Amino acid sequence: MMETLHSPLPLYAVTVSLLAALLIGFSGRKPNLREFWTVSAAVVKFLLILGMLLPVLQGKVIEYSLFSVVPGLEIRFKVDALGIFFGVTASFLWIITSFYSIGYVRALKEHAQTRYFICFAVALSATMGVAFSANMFTTFIFYEIITFCTFPLVAHKQTAEAFSGARRYLTYLLGTSIAFQLAALFLVYFTAGSLDFAAQGILAGTGSKTLLTVIFVLFIAGITKAAMMPFHSWLPAAMVAPTPVSALLHAVAVVKTGVFVVVRVVLHIFGVDLLAELGLGTALAYFASFTIIAASIIALRQDNLKALLAYSTVGQLSYIILGAALLTPAAIMGSVMHIVLHAAGKITLFFTAGAIYVAAHKTKVSELGGIGRKMPFTMIAFSVGALSMIGVPPLGGFISKWYLTLGAREAGQMPIVAVIVVSTILNACYFLPIIHAAFFKEPSPPGGHGEGHSHKAWPWEKTRYDEAPILMVCALCLTALVTLILFFAPSVFFDLAKMIAEG
Amino acid sequence: MSEHLPILVVLIPLFCALLIFLAGVFQKRAAWAIASLATFLAFAASVKLLALATAGGRISYRLGGWEPPWGIEYVVDYLSGYVLTIISFIAFMIAVFSRDYVKKQVGLDREVNFYAIYLLLITGLLGMIVTGDIFNLYVFLEIASLAGYALVAVGKKKGAIVASYNYLILGTIGAVFVLLGIGHLYMVTGTLNMADLRGLLPGLYHSKVVLTAFAFFVIGFGLKFALFPLHTWLLSAHSLAPSAVSSILAAAVLKVNVYALIRVMFTVYTPEFIYNVVPLAEIFFIIAPVAILAGSIMAIAQTNIKRMLAYSSIGQIGYITLGLALANETALTGSLIHILNHALMKGGLFLIAGCIIYQTDIYDISRLKGMGRKMPVTMAAFTICGLSMIGVPLTVGFISKWYLALGVLEAGRWYFIPLILVSSLLTAVYFWRVIEWAYFHKAASEEALPGRKIAEAPVLMLIPIGIIALFCLIFGTAAFIPEEFARRAAEFLLGGI
Amino acid sequence: MMIELIQGKYVYWFYITLMMIGFYAMIAKGNLIKKIIGLNIFQTAVFLFYISIAVSEGSTAPIMLAESYGSLDAGTVTYTNPLPHVLILTAIVVGVSVTAVALALVIRIYKTYGTIDEDRIARLEQESP
Repeated sequence: MMETLHSPLPLYAVTVSLLAALLIGFSGRKPNLREFWTVSAAVVKFLLILGMLLPVLQGKVIEYSLFSVVPGLEIRFKVDALGIFFGVTASFLWIITSFYSIGYVRALKEHAQTRYFICFAVALSATMGVAFSANMFTTFIFYEIITFCTFPLVAHKQTAEAFSGARRYLTYLLGTSIAFQLAALFLVYFTAGSLDFAAQGILAGTGSKTLLTVIFVLFIAGITKAAMMPFHSWLPAAMVAPTPVSALLHAVAVVKTGVFVVVRVVLHIFGVDLLAELGLGTALAYFASFTIIAASIIALRQDNLKALLAYSTVGQLSYIILGAALLTPAAIMGSVMHIVLHAAGKITLFFTAGAIYVAAHKTKVSELGGIGRKMPFTMIAFSVGALSMIGVPPLGGFISKWYLTLGAREAGQMPIVAVIVVSTILNACYFLPIIHAAFFKEPSPPGGHGEGHSHKAWPWEKTRYDEAPILMVCALCLTALVTLILFFAPSVFFDLAKMIAEG
Repeated sequence: MSEHLPILVVLIPLFCALLIFLAGVFQKRAAWAIASLATFLAFAASVKLLALATAGGRISYRLGGWEPPWGIEYVVDYLSGYVLTIISFIAFMIAVFSRDYVKKQVGLDREVNFYAIYLLLITGLLGMIVTGDIFNLYVFLEIASLAGYALVAVGKKKGAIVASYNYLILGTIGAVFVLLGIGHLYMVTGTLNMADLRGLLPGLYHSKVVLTAFAFFVIGFGLKFALFPLHTWLLSAHSLAPSAVSSILAAAVLKVNVYALIRVMFTVYTPEFIYNVVPLAEIFFIIAPVAILAGSIMAIAQTNIKRMLAYSSIGQIGYITLGLALANETALTGSLIHILNHALMKGGLFLIAGCIIYQTDIYDISRLKGMGRKMPVTMAAFTICGLSMIGVPLTVGFISKWYLALGVLEAGRWYFIPLILVSSLLTAVYFWRVIEWAYFHKAASEEALPGRKIAEAPVLMLIPIGIIALFCLIFGTAAFIPEEFARRAAEFLLGGI
Repeated sequence: MMIELIQGKYVYWFYITLMMIGFYAMIAKGNLIKKIIGLNIFQTAVFLFYISIAVSEGSTAPIMLAESYGSLDAGTVTYTNPLPHVLILTAIVVGVSVTAVALALVIRIYKTYGTIDEDRIARLEQESP
């Protein structure tokens, strides 16, 4: 079958940011040195992952077994196409986010910056752990680590509001993962005698139909990081976090971990054939469709920009689940491609939201009139991200929607095609007015909204441009550019997605 | 030398207890050193015994050279070796911890007495573990209990004396029940040797006397290890005793009494008897879930940190009994690992509470705000032990829950899975509350402790809690070590079926 | 039937009655000393039980007299089983120790609260936390 390489590279890729977290902790007094560690860890991690990309593209699998906790529970890493796909996405975006973060926390003079960077680094380690884990046990451990180490990031502001948001975040993520996911783990191990991911799943022919259905439902309910309704409300609550956190964690690392694990479960625990046989794929697809439509409708009514983005994320994540649930090769390709394409687009949007907050202290959609003239780079990047979300060519988002639609047709699910079309229209309905307002509306007069911005009157007349710090603007332009490039040159991701879809 | 180890494990603390009284007359400071040394030697001997038992099987020691079943026999097998090591280790850690703690929280004038009684308690506990004679078990049980009553009352808290008195009354009832059980068995068999009893009893399983005896054992030991609903004494005794004493009571005394019940269940009676003749499992299936839920829910309602820990013990005992009732090797392995797990984390947590009380006199959880900064080592250990209590992967708590859950499924009783998970969540609620207060809230008011800056506890108190927390992690990651011993012990216990 | 049951096992009914008396005192009495007395009765009941199981009909004290050596044919003389007596000696020692510790505790309770009545102590506890 597939050639297997044994190499500790995946372990290094996971631990490099843990090591960085230590170094960051020790150099808390010297901000420049501290930031140097963050950036260099991000770069080293990315290079390590690139080093693994080549063998994976040649059809090899990299494995590394760390140790067994008890017989049957092993901490083992396996880098396959799906894992590396997610790994490359998250680690590349971490580099950009690092720069953006530095600009953001310094501009706002945030407190507890060292804790912030430590938790960030640990979160990335854990994300890589999820991406490269070879069995459900390893996945579960890193999944929980992500929950714990992002709690301080969400509660960062330490206000009553931040705590209530963070507590909801923790309650949902930890509660469901213990109550449902762990139960699913017990049942899988009991029925299949193993938790390893296998290309065709491990559950086929092991248990009764009822049992397998229960396991599947427990998994879907337990992987709340995927923000499927009705367990989605932690994500808007987590928007109290600083914007870079929302950007990387709640557009890329945390939520993508959720959908990634769902895809893993669908493909490598259950297997496409088994799910098709049980008819669970279709059920999940309709469930995801409901989330897509409902989240888009809720997003329409949001005035807080980050909340709007959060609900948009809820909807978009369900695209990925939808694709996997359709169980056809094209749909799975669309689903996997959407992991990277949505990541690039949504991170751009969050970056711009953060830039607007830093430069103009605005958080509401209704306050954005005319802002495009003052922050042209930011708002152009915003437009790119938003159009990619809608799925307008020539932007990345188009590719995944194209394949999803193809996949839905392949599966003979015309209602799903309709869902995709309706959701695209809804996406347009909540993004386009913002772009329109930003570029073509007159700015509201300073103080006119009586919201009382913390800094003095917004100097509309004096400066032509009033952008956020250069580090932030560069970062968001870069991710916007990536969204564009991914349309024209998706080859690497495309090849990987093909490998995943073909098993 | 090594052939005398089974008796030395008991004699070392016993003679050192007397030595402490003598030495205390001349040099008070020697008391702590002797107690630590004695517990360390007992620990070293236990490790050696465990190694010998693992390599060569059952070790039998004849007291005074008398052949069993006439003479008293001490037995070290997989089970007793495993429990012996855990208990003597915890005893050593708590002895080390006590030096500064006892000086301040118990008082200099009672220091010598404290250590002497502490060693008597350890003597009783270790004796209960190694003895193979059922009447000898009772004698050691009473030695340990008497020392325990005295230790609860030794502190400065006013209510502790009343708590100790109530503990004494209920504890004695429990011990008398055990004595009655022994009497009934002796009446029909004429022997007191456990191995001999095991051989003689099967023919008498339907005799009412044998059944009555078993009921007396379950109730007697159940009272001693706070089996729900016989737990009422535990709350005040564990929460009002000095923390070092709470720690040994929760980590060692409860565990050894559970062990004693296991020993009676499996090596005096047989698995055949307890699962097929008496409805013990059915009773435990009702008691254990109630204990688990009630313990966790009541723990959430507490504001006093020590009361919270005491309530949580009741729930944890529920886990162990659940595993005993499930009648398969996996679940029993889970139970035995949980004995280790609970000994480590609850022992550790009470010591940590001791550190906090020692430095700040704070009992109220909500006043722990900002403690993460002021006592970083203590709170880090608290976090680790707390995570282990919740059962987060890579802590030893996860391993015991894993085996319990698999055992539940193996027994075909899937409806206990939600119970295990829900109680994990409830545990998460009451521990996360403390962790959040300690780390993410600024200390609201320094005026709560006027003129005193909160700092870390003395290093001799930090080392034991650090080691215990570390072991929670080590046995959670390298879990095959305890798993190996626990599985062998479970195999040995269930050998009959 | 019932009468036979009581008659044949009257020793056991004695010890059970004694036990219940002791148990009642421990549970129902508010006076801490009376509780200890109840505890003693409770323990004594068990001691008597042990002694009673040692006896077999027509047996003598287990003392070997020099002159009986010669006539010691198997089965002619039955002795009372000495082992329960020995066990109970140990248990009595334990019982005395328990009583001593309990009395010591009561003395300290009296010094602290000025009363040995359970209800009053509980009230005092509630008043001064």
